[in-house]
Amino acid sequence: MKAIVVIFPGSNRERDVCAALALVTGHQPTRVWHRDTTMPESDLIVLPGGFAYGDYLRCGAMAAHSPVMREVRDRADKGTPVLGICNGFQILTEAGMLPGALLPNRSLRFTCRDIHLRVENNQTIFTCGYEAGQVLRVPVAHHDGNYTADSDTLDRLEDRGLVAFRYCGPDGAGAEAGNFNGSARAIAGIFNDSRTVLGLMPHPENAVDPLLGGTDGRAFFEGLVGALQ
Amino acid sequence: MRGGSNVTPALAAEHGLTEEEFDRAVAILGRTPSLTELGIFAAMWSEHCSYKSSKIWLKTLPTTGPRVICGPGENAGVVDIGDGDAIVFKIESHNHPSFIEPYQGAATGVGGILRDVFTMGARPIAILDSLRFGNPDNPRTRHLVSGVVSGIGGYGNCVGVPTVGGECEFHPSYDGNILVNAMCVGIAKADRIFYSAAAGPGNPVIYVGAKTGRDGIHGATMASAEFSSDAGEKRPTVQVGDPFTEKLLIEACLELMAGDAIVAIQDMGAAGLTSSSVEMAGKGGLGIELDLDRVPLRESGMSAYEIMLSESQERMLMILRPGSEAETRRIFTKWELDFAVIGRVTETGRLVLRMNGGIAADIPVEPLVTAAPVYQRPWRRRDPEPDIDPALLLDRDPFECLQRLLASPTLASKRWIWEQYDHLVMGNTVKRPGGDAAVVRLLTGGKALALATDCTPRYCRADPVRGGAQAVAESWRNLTAAGAEPLALTDNMNFGNPERPEIMGEFVGAIEGMREACLALDYPVVSGNVSLYNETNGNAILPTPVIGGLGLLANVRNAVDLALKRAGDTLILIGETRGHLGCSLYLREIEGSEAGPPPPVDLAAERRNGDFIRNMIRAGHVAACHDLSDGGLLVAVAEMAMRGGRGVVLDAPPRDLPRNAYLFGEDQARYVLETADPDTVLEAARAAGASARAIGAIGEVALTLPGAGAISVDALRAANEAWLPDYMAQV
Repeated sequence: MKAIVVIFPGSNRERDVCAALALVTGHQPTRVWHRDTTMPESDLIVLPGGFAYGDYLRCGAMAAHSPVMREVRDRADKGTPVLGICNGFQILTEAGMLPGALLPNRSLRFTCRDIHLRVENNQTIFTCGYEAGQVLRVPVAHHDGNYTADSDTLDRLEDRGLVAFRYCGPDGAGAEAGNFNGSARAIAGIFNDSRTVLGLMPHPENAVDPLLGGTDGRAFFEGLVGALQ
Repeated sequence: MRGGSNVTPALAAEHGLTEEEFDRAVAILGRTPSLTELGIFAAMWSEHCSYKSSKIWLKTLPTTGPRVICGPGENAGVVDIGDGDAIVFKIESHNHPSFIEPYQGAATGVGGILRDVFTMGARPIAILDSLRFGNPDNPRTRHLVSGVVSGIGGYGNCVGVPTVGGECEFHPSYDGNILVNAMCVGIAKADRIFYSAAAGPGNPVIYVGAKTGRDGIHGATMASAEFSSDAGEKRPTVQVGDPFTEKLLIEACLELMAGDAIVAIQDMGAAGLTSSSVEMAGKGGLGIELDLDRVPLRESGMSAYEIMLSESQERMLMILRPGSEAETRRIFTKWELDFAVIGRVTETGRLVLRMNGGIAADIPVEPLVTAAPVYQRPWRRRDPEPDIDPALLLDRDPFECLQRLLASPTLASKRWIWEQYDHLVMGNTVKRPGGDAAVVRLLTGGKALALATDCTPRYCRADPVRGGAQAVAESWRNLTAAGAEPLALTDNMNFGNPERPEIMGEFVGAIEGMREACLALDYPVVSGNVSLYNETNGNAILPTPVIGGLGLLANVRNAVDLALKRAGDTLILIGETRGHLGCSLYLREIEGSEAGPPPPVDLAAERRNGDFIRNMIRAGHVAACHDLSDGGLLVAVAEMAMRGGRGVVLDAPPRDLPRNAYLFGEDQARYVLETADPDTVLEAARAAGASARAIGAIGEVALTLPGAGAISVDALRAANEAWLPDYMAQV
């Protein structure tokens, strides 16, 4: 399984996702600088967390227009899976590769803590490591994770099974209680129509080692790598 | 060059130079300085840059040890952790700017300390912050807390270095002068440390990073004077931070440092291009010639004076090996940062600045650096406080007192703060904020670092010597409680106006106490910062010598935290309890008195008990551990219970002490540990000569104490967690 991690100036969780992928695959993914015009063939493209270009404009707005994104979009159109985590999710929405947008958190504060997620659809390459309805504990670390879209789009996401993860309480119930950032319908992650592009705000890459407080993110990478091998 | 005929002693005084200091500058030059030269003398001889009031006392601190690679005097301290790795760390204050403009003041404080660390070749891996604010009832306090916390988060989160720990306290003495101290820790190869001494006459001097603007001019002189009530008018002296540029600067510098291009490197911090060029030349015993027309500028029409004194952020000065300019330019262009050759190293020993075809300054470097004034300021020790007799206090309900203490501003949970900091990025945070020490895993060798910041300012006011020793001892204890071996510390000495003998007495006393503790605990000072003049209209802050501690765990799997783990386990108290209530949090919060002396610090007992704890943790007998400090035994037990979500059935208090003196006294050198194997621990304690006794067992959901009933851990947690968010939500 060959993975590429795209590095924008200001990316800062690339190490974390590279380490999680290396843990599962046994080798480091290829890092591609945002100005590189050629991108090696790969089975997966990852847009990592961080503050691309400082995010002084809307989060992800500058990166979405970076030269490398043309290639990312072409590959995605041809079926290469693309995973956007946190800032990567913001970039995918700004690039129009996923619907909706990510507004500032309801609290208007950056929030870093463990939260609970419910797996809404496990019939995809990204989520096949989990049971449907399984509850995960993974960290979030963002200021702008409040997912929003018009109600038609939200209905369409729900109807087609394109909601990947929803915030929830520790027991999986009470979505609103766990919805710390105010996301529409407590949505934490969504797929594109072909379910080959996933954007999510939480950080499964920071929950792969018992030493670091949790391993619920590990099955995410094991499932994904297994599906792509 | 022509003397600046318009520079008068009065203008020098406006720059903060005394008449005697100005005369000395004139004597060094053999003429009246130009305006640019005056600015350079004033900045270099400011308290902030020259340490003129503190130098003679700082020299008395122990700064060496088998692990120390580089002590104070460079950008940061360097400690050997084996396997070819070194840790580079330092703490620094940004108090004055943060009071004037809290967001940018705090943000640039983080930016500055990050640069101090990666300048030496280290990748920053952790940030800690030690904060002190005024009375919560002061109308300004909420705004300052909000701004400082978002400033620290805004900078640290964006550069992608986790903020893993720190502390936050409130006291009216900080009403007019808050404290914002930031500590950064980085990792480097022990044989790849970069220093700042210029070398190789003819070598090019390079400017990299962000452009120079008019922000922050006179920051160093501002930080060297006390505030009057017009502090707001000093806003233009505060710098503006750009964490995105800093992130690029980190990556570009570390990429360049992998090669051999750099001879010397220095970040442009306080007094910007002035202090960086003077320090590099001074340490190398050489001269530097700069062509100021080549400095990348953000604004047009800047004078030599403004360019030299700008404190624009995210800038570095480097001396390169000849011929490596092209490679360096390639790396900095890749990261979209400015790069300019702005001068060269000379043999003249002079700092020569050229601009617009003329010479703006020509100063001999050696006297500028070595003839800087040093003051032996008069100092006076305060009379000791009389003891408090706990038997004279009311016998209050312990759980009611506990609940009030846990909801007091000092002890209330600081979750509202640290959840705004990305404490997980880089994926190595083993023990998160909110415990005795943060633990950060290292990527090689299965090792980890323990990190903490500590100070108990009310102790330092009542007895500076004891307070200084206690700050060091508590830092050492916090690292020990995580299972780490304390290696070295960095100190941030925050005090009032040193020209007042009673303030200077606090400083001298704190240093004396710190020195004793550092020696007794083999815990050297490897870097630090002094922040004086923290007073407004004559009201000084409590003396606050903040200790930033670094400890090493040989095996990351040995790290313990304070969360109780298993019902049925035994709690053991290590250390002697004498019920010392003087200067305690109990006395302040419950009795409304700040009287009494701080608890005595028995350094031999600290050493004995701490070494015992560490051995027990390494041997695997300890499931949880917590050091005793503010609020004493019952607060420590409650914190362990809240963190673990488990109750405790405490044994009856001993009869030889008043109940609340036993429960809330702040005697030092104590820990509480949880063990499944009490017999082994008690036997080992006897053999080691450490006082130890079982005080209770881990229970289910409540804290119980004979004679006081029970209180649910959830209720305690609710009180502890509510205060800060509730306070910040008020408008």
